[in-house]
Amino acid sequence: MHNIVFAVIARDLRLALRRPADIASAVFFFVIVVSLFPLGIGPEVDLLRKLAPGVLWVAALLATMLSLPRLFADDHRDGTLEQLALAPHPLGLVVTGKVIAHWLISGLPLALIAPVLGIQFDLTADALLVLTGAILLGTPALSGIGAIGAALTLGLRGGGVLLSLLVLPLYIPVLIFGAGAVDATVSGLGGEGHLSLLAAMTIAAIGFAPWASAAALKIALE
Amino acid sequence: MLEADNLECVRGERRLFAGLGFKLEAGELLYLQGRNGAGKTSLLRMLIGLLPPETGEIRWRGEPIRALGDEFRAELCYLGHLNAIKEELTPLENLLAAARLAATDLSEDAALDALEQVGLAGREDLACKYLSQGQKRRVALARLVVDRRALWILDEPFVALDVAAVDWLAGIISAHLQRGGLAVMTTHQPVDIPAGTVRQLRLGA
Repeated sequence: MHNIVFAVIARDLRLALRRPADIASAVFFFVIVVSLFPLGIGPEVDLLRKLAPGVLWVAALLATMLSLPRLFADDHRDGTLEQLALAPHPLGLVVTGKVIAHWLISGLPLALIAPVLGIQFDLTADALLVLTGAILLGTPALSGIGAIGAALTLGLRGGGVLLSLLVLPLYIPVLIFGAGAVDATVSGLGGEGHLSLLAAMTIAAIGFAPWASAAALKIALE
Repeated sequence: MLEADNLECVRGERRLFAGLGFKLEAGELLYLQGRNGAGKTSLLRMLIGLLPPETGEIRWRGEPIRALGDEFRAELCYLGHLNAIKEELTPLENLLAAARLAATDLSEDAALDALEQVGLAGREDLACKYLSQGQKRRVALARLVVDRRALWILDEPFVALDVAAVDWLAGIISAHLQRGGLAVMTTHQPVDIPAGTVRQLRLGA
């Protein structure tokens, strides 16, 4: 049963590694967007520290969005999505594998590079740690929610814009609690509560989103 | 084994066919014919369960395929218009990945052997994007060489193949039927498949 999840993850990771430019472009997008803010605002440390969580999270949301339109579109175009739907397993498990692979390709690199970028905003070591933890915990939810949008807009012309309109509003809770965790740490309140809520959202997204996406994919394949 | 009963297909505003039914037993081949747009591919997609019929029912071993779900799909091999191969992967990786996703056992040796049979010896480790259309089709067909599932649904399997490959594929299909398998296929070119019972179904006539 779980073999299929690992099989899909292995396949998607292998495909992603054959096209490293795609991973690199999302990461560079994240780096550049985040770096523009300190350059534009100037060396006002207090202001930068206040802005940091929001800027990093908004950039992370947008960087995740970059790779979403292709989550199912490539498989749809070459016919492999049909074969995945015909595999003798529930389609939800296949999508779970794809969501996890998407996170490993797009969310995990962002979390790894975020602390380096945080230094530009003069964040303290504690805040950097919480920032990394929050991005690690929150990005799987982004991949899960994004998969629903990607499945719903599959095969539509100009689906990319519609996908952003569908998905970005649903990212708001993750954004609020993700940025809130860092804010709370900076102001000395402690970010544990926010991090727990982020973890809860991720568990809910990984648990439910693949099945909703699978239902949308079945409609797209008719 | 495979039965269709009173199927109706509506695409958009048009009714493509209605009241369609057939019965197919082990070792039998069903040839679907009909002009373009007659609903051949739609019927195939109903048979694999991707397109729910407007009315009617499809049964496999006496049970409706919707109720069987995974059990039915475990016995089904579908080859569509699209090759379902990944351009970035090599033919060997494609074959192994497809087998793994379909939960069928396939050793690397068996996969290499299948690729040799379809005439891709020496190209196992070349990414599929460097292959020609015909060669890509052969990678997709290599799946059939190693497939031992009971029901084959083939949509235009002979497209983009040269004469020798058409004969070879006809042999593969007839070997499948002799093992007691079933096959449903569409084709525009008349191909002689040396097998037991060949049934014909003409759509839109």
